[in-house]
Order: sequence, then structure tokens, then C-alpha cells
Amino acid sequence: MNSRTRPISPHLQVYKPQITSVLSILHRITGVGLAVGALALVYWLNSAAYGPEAFNRTQEFMATWFGRLLLFGWTWALFYHLCNGIRHLFWDAGMGFGLPNVNFTGWIVVLSSIIFTLGSWFIGYGMVGG
Amino acid sequence: MVELTLPKNSKVSEGQTFKAPSSANNIKLFKVYRYNPDQNDNPQVDTYEVDMDTCGPMVLDALIKIKNEIDPTLTFRRSCREGVCGSCAMNVDGTNTLACIKDISEIKGDAAIYPLPHMPVIKDLVPDLSIPYAQYTSIKPWVQSDTPVSGKERLQSPDERAKLDGLWECVLCFCCTTSCPSYWWNGDRYLGPAILLQAYRWIVDSRDENTGSRLDNLEDPFKLYRCHTIMNCTKTCPKSLNPAKAIAETKKLMLERM
Repeated sequence: MNSRTRPISPHLQVYKPQITSVLSILHRITGVGLAVGALALVYWLNSAAYGPEAFNRTQEFMATWFGRLLLFGWTWALFYHLCNGIRHLFWDAGMGFGLPNVNFTGWIVVLSSIIFTLGSWFIGYGMVGG
Repeated sequence: MVELTLPKNSKVSEGQTFKAPSSANNIKLFKVYRYNPDQNDNPQVDTYEVDMDTCGPMVLDALIKIKNEIDPTLTFRRSCREGVCGSCAMNVDGTNTLACIKDISEIKGDAAIYPLPHMPVIKDLVPDLSIPYAQYTSIKPWVQSDTPVSGKERLQSPDERAKLDGLWECVLCFCCTTSCPSYWWNGDRYLGPAILLQAYRWIVDSRDENTGSRLDNLEDPFKLYRCHTIMNCTKTCPKSLNPAKAIAETKKLMLERM
């Protein structure tokens, strides 16, 4: 016998990504992303209050490809977190726990978050132009 | 605590390969986690070439064949070989299940076999389940009643009895508990899906008179509320039970009594 401590069996290294766990961690990640997004929103509002020069600087940054990428990401994060949040509300009420149901509502959330995101940007570009 | 990588002594390396006899022409590779506590080496993954023409249909059949014919040092738990004892719970092809009721033909490519995830390993596929068993003890899994014994059975109506369906079938294999990322990170304080399903099984038992103190025992930021409805538990349960649903019902009872 030796006194070495027992090894821990592999977990993330071997467990196949499941629709259940992947959507769950996405909910957590989009939540964190939205918290950062809220700071960006405050920065944007703040610059508007500060004066036209500051506001224009912020607007210019948001119009770059990187700024737009961030905004697009936040849009999707918002809709994903919202849709999956509604799914969580049903679970909290004890509904929708059957496995076929869980798979189905999971894909509904993914699909609807993409549709809402693309739809928002489509409408947005339609309103203000490129 | 969240630790995404394995500690140094747990990192897995490539092990030996056991070739099948040249007469075999229907070979499947079984890649099996090995750990020998009597040696100072880290765990490794050994590869066994198994002749499927002379092997039974289930993963447990292959493991028994390996132990009987190829490598007698391979160590794993097994007993009933029909999914009622819960002994041969392990991680097969990336999800947790009972090896005895997992069809080999469902596995595409090589069959990867590991112990139940994120548990201390005693040897090979045998995890140390002391903590989940202690957690099971903590929920007092028996009928508690102050009513004096009448000399007859404690009666239940068919409706009351029906509330236990989907709960009593649990064989405590801990496939669900060890599939739960929340249990991976907080297994010392969070009870995990198997124990919470068992707790609910006694909470809804009409013969039990200690529902209040059972709920009191779970009223804790970790024991119950580390469940974030990830649902890996329900997804992996080899008995097709729904631990996540049982936990949600428990949370509802917590709210109702406030």
C-alpha cells in the first residue's frame, strides 16, 4: 500500500456535451455577458448626457465592425437569456420536465433566440439604414 | 469549487494495448480507464481488442469477457446484470449508465469506459461512494412516525401509493448525481439528484409524519438549492426516472409552506 491520494475520475474531459448542460452553461454565460452589456449601455447613456462630442465618439466606436459584433452578441445574449429564462419559469412551476419536452423546448429556445436576433437587426437596419 | 481540469495525480495517460487473437475478425476496441492504487503511476487508458463474435450484447458482457479471457486484473462492480442492483454504473461512451443494460451496438466507434465522473477512484472502474452514501444517511431514508404501532400495516390509498411511482424504482447507482456539473463542483455540500429524489420519496410518502423536519433539513443554500435545473440527471438516468422533477417539486413545497 502507498499513501498517495486517490485520483479524481475524469469529468468534463470525458462527459459528452448534452443539450441540457450546454444550454444551461450558455444561460450562465449570456447572463454574465448581459451584465457587462449593462455597463456598456450606461457608458452610452452617460456619453449622451456628457455632450455631442463624447456621444459621437461612442457612436463611432459602436459603428465599427467590432462595435457591431459586440452589439450583435448582446442582442443574441438578451434574447437567449430571455427565452431560456421563460423556460426556467415553467420549470420553477413544475412544468416541462419530461425528457422529450426538455429537448423540444431547448431547441425552441435556440431557434427563437436566433430568429429574434436576426429579426431585430433586420428591423434596425430597415429603420436607420447601414 | 469549480476546477475545470484534473489535479496532477489524476491526469490520464495512454496505457497498454491487448491484441485480439489473429483468428478474430469482428473486433471492437474497448478503451478502459485503469488505476492501480498499489503502484505509483497515474491512471491510464488501456485498449482491449474484443472479438464481438464471441461476446454478449451488453457492455458488461464485454467487461466480463475482458476480465475472464484477456486481463484478470480489470476491476469493476457488478451483480444482477439486469439493471436492478445499480452496481455497474459507469461512464460509457460519454454518458453515465449501467453497463449491464447498455447495448454495445449503440456505441459508434471505439467504446470509451470510465468510472463515474468526478469521484475519487479506488481502483479501475470502482469509485469511492462514501460521500453520497453519507448524504443518503443524512436524509433518514425510512418511514418516521409518532403514531404508535397498531400491529397492522400502515395503510395507503391507491392514490397515495401512486405518488411513489417514479421514485421507488431508483436503485441508487449515482449515474445522475455524477452527471451533474453542480455536484462536480459542490459535491461536498450539495446533496445531488439521487439523494434529493430519495428525500422527496419520503417527503411525499403518506405514511411519513415528519415532512416538516425533512423540508427543514433541506432548507440550505447548498443541500437543495445548488440544483440549477441543468437536467443532465434526467437525461442520463438508466431507469428513465426524473430526479430534476422531484427536486422541482421539493422546491415548490418549500415555497408553499412559507
